Amino acid sequence: MTTPVTWTRKDLVALDALSSDEITLLLDTAKAFKGVGQRTLKKVPALRGKTLVNFFVEPSTRTRTSFELAAHRLSADVVNIAATASSLQKGETLKDTALNLQALLADIIVLRHSSAGAAQFLAERLQASVINAGDGSHEHPTQGLLDVFTMRERFGDLAGLKVAIVGDILFSRVARSNVHALVKLGADVTLVGPTTLVPRSLESLGAKVTHRIDDVLESAQVINLLRIQHERQRKEYFPSLGEYTSLFGLTKARAARIRPDCLVMHPGPINRGVEIDSDVADGPNNVILEQVTNGLAVRMAVLYLCAGNAGAAV
Amino acid sequence: MSTLKITNGRIIDPANQRDEIADLWIRDGVIVDDATSAHETIDAKGLVVAPGLIDLHVHFREPGQSHKETIGTGTAAAAKGGFTSVVCMPNTNPVADNPSTISWIHERANDMAQVNVFCTGAITKGLKGEELAPVASMKKAGIVAITDDGHCVQNNEVMRRALEYARMFDLPLLDHCQDYGIVGDGIMHEGEWSVRLGLPGWPRIGEELIVMRNIMLAELCDSPIHCQHLTSGGSIRLIREAKARGVKISGEVCPHHIALTDESLKGYDSNYKMNPPLRTEWDIDLLIGGIADGTIDILASDHAPHAPYEKEVELDHAPFGILGLETEFAIFCDVLVHKRGAIDLPRLVEMLTINPAKLLRLDRGTLSVGAPADVTLLDPDAEWTYDLTETASPSRNSPFHGHTFKGRAVRTIVAGKSVWAL
Repeated sequence: MTTPVTWTRKDLVALDALSSDEITLLLDTAKAFKGVGQRTLKKVPALRGKTLVNFFVEPSTRTRTSFELAAHRLSADVVNIAATASSLQKGETLKDTALNLQALLADIIVLRHSSAGAAQFLAERLQASVINAGDGSHEHPTQGLLDVFTMRERFGDLAGLKVAIVGDILFSRVARSNVHALVKLGADVTLVGPTTLVPRSLESLGAKVTHRIDDVLESAQVINLLRIQHERQRKEYFPSLGEYTSLFGLTKARAARIRPDCLVMHPGPINRGVEIDSDVADGPNNVILEQVTNGLAVRMAVLYLCAGNAGAAV
Repeated sequence: MSTLKITNGRIIDPANQRDEIADLWIRDGVIVDDATSAHETIDAKGLVVAPGLIDLHVHFREPGQSHKETIGTGTAAAAKGGFTSVVCMPNTNPVADNPSTISWIHERANDMAQVNVFCTGAITKGLKGEELAPVASMKKAGIVAITDDGHCVQNNEVMRRALEYARMFDLPLLDHCQDYGIVGDGIMHEGEWSVRLGLPGWPRIGEELIVMRNIMLAELCDSPIHCQHLTSGGSIRLIREAKARGVKISGEVCPHHIALTDESLKGYDSNYKMNPPLRTEWDIDLLIGGIADGTIDILASDHAPHAPYEKEVELDHAPFGILGLETEFAIFCDVLVHKRGAIDLPRLVEMLTINPAKLLRLDRGTLSVGAPADVTLLDPDAEWTYDLTETASPSRNSPFHGHTFKGRAVRTIVAGKSVWAL
């Protein structure tokens, strides 16, 4: 299999739609951009003259900031818009708001939205590049890429890598993007969580499913813990956070059984004491902050490729 | 006195078990035996001459949402689809849960309609599922059935009393089968594609539980219930078993549910978002099996227009429903007769004419002498491509734009007058 020389996509909506070659190209480009962050002058002119709009209909801190910094490092102009400060509050449709942003000559729109499919909806209607920064329970492709990037940095080739993703898979856009990228790159993915949040139908994504964390604890080379979104959970999915932790939390006792080289990952924000014990979150296996740093490089790569600069000097 | 002769056509009149090449005579809007001379003659060579098609499940948006559809545009769409009679659902604004609104709709139909318009009334006030609507006065105003379509009565006691009460007026009860607790905020079939797309699932059992409830109530009260727009293979099994032991239960199937699957939503196109949702090939096989073996006797469109700007939003914000009248016969003919060979043409005509007429006690759906001269000419072998830009509806929410079908209506005659011809 050969890596494509050029990137042909205007948008990045979902990793499900990408080939393994395209994912590899993104990761390789991110690797080159990671070096930029280690220079004294952390800036390249790749997107000079381009305008990026961070359009966050749903709140976010790290993703929005990460995209903003990534754009600055590529010398783009950045505008941040939150839903509460936009005309959506006045009843304007998403389409009309976005068309107005395009009329203001935005080149790239980074969209975070609570509706699955919102990024695709805009991508089909705008000439500007649309980057999905999380759409409902569908996908969060740059989070998926930065997770895979972090695993690749540590393990190299991902073929056969044993990855466990633990938690609320059903409602997790992060889990979906992770699964799509990892499966395409040949990793062995197991989804772990309660039967209500990890239904068997998830096997259709190419992953295994188990409802016992013990099944993966000693074999996993990566344990990616997802935040339990208790603000979104209806009470019938599981009885209490305490019961969830007792069944699926990466407690200190469970952490003692993981492989010494196992990466403990988390997309954040962490619920200390729920999906992960505080000591474990701060322990030697965790790469949670590395993930955040790698997010910058990955987002630079995504912006760079989608804005039509493939082939330009990094 | 005006006389119309339709000659050389294949007359299919399932009500009279008639299937023959013959002439059909119409005088002053009524089917007659024959006449010596005709003011007008239509050569129907190569065509099927059928009773006017009846759709017992349409949503015209008057009163209240005429930007989506009016009785005028909706009946124009019906005529283009070969339908001479339609039955309107009561989820208008205001809700058709009182005799004034029913009368208003009838008056509007008298002024605007191109085909016959029959009204249903709500089962409960405001479609809230709590208090019975005034069935007697709505019956007096002319309703042909009661239904809370668009909603489902969740309270089993209210449903039981509605069924018992409607029996006094010989009014059929139609039900949109949806268990709210199970379905929750589901917007598509729960399965691989809902998981892949990250969309809330609407599981089959959300329909089947209510179908089962309806079977039990129909049995308890010895009164009929008609389950609308069935989608689940499991519902077909339940109804088949119940009918076999004599329960007065029936069901209908819509064209999109046998032509499309849940995979269609992979592009997040809201034209594929409908309630109940598109399901799987497994369900389609069972739905068609139910049509083939007589478990299902009636076909309908669930014609549900929405303005383009209402549909062109994030998928979870978009309303449910699609246009149906103009493509209905074509899809049924294409899928059921030509592609699947599940039924023959006379059976298809029966399911779109005399069967809905019998259920709702309409004096339609037949070419019997003395019957109103509602006639549809069909070309079952015509291949054509649906073009949404030519629709009679102000709405555009159909996923079938650009689809090619085999079979279509070519002329629609209401009370002896052509209201549409290709």
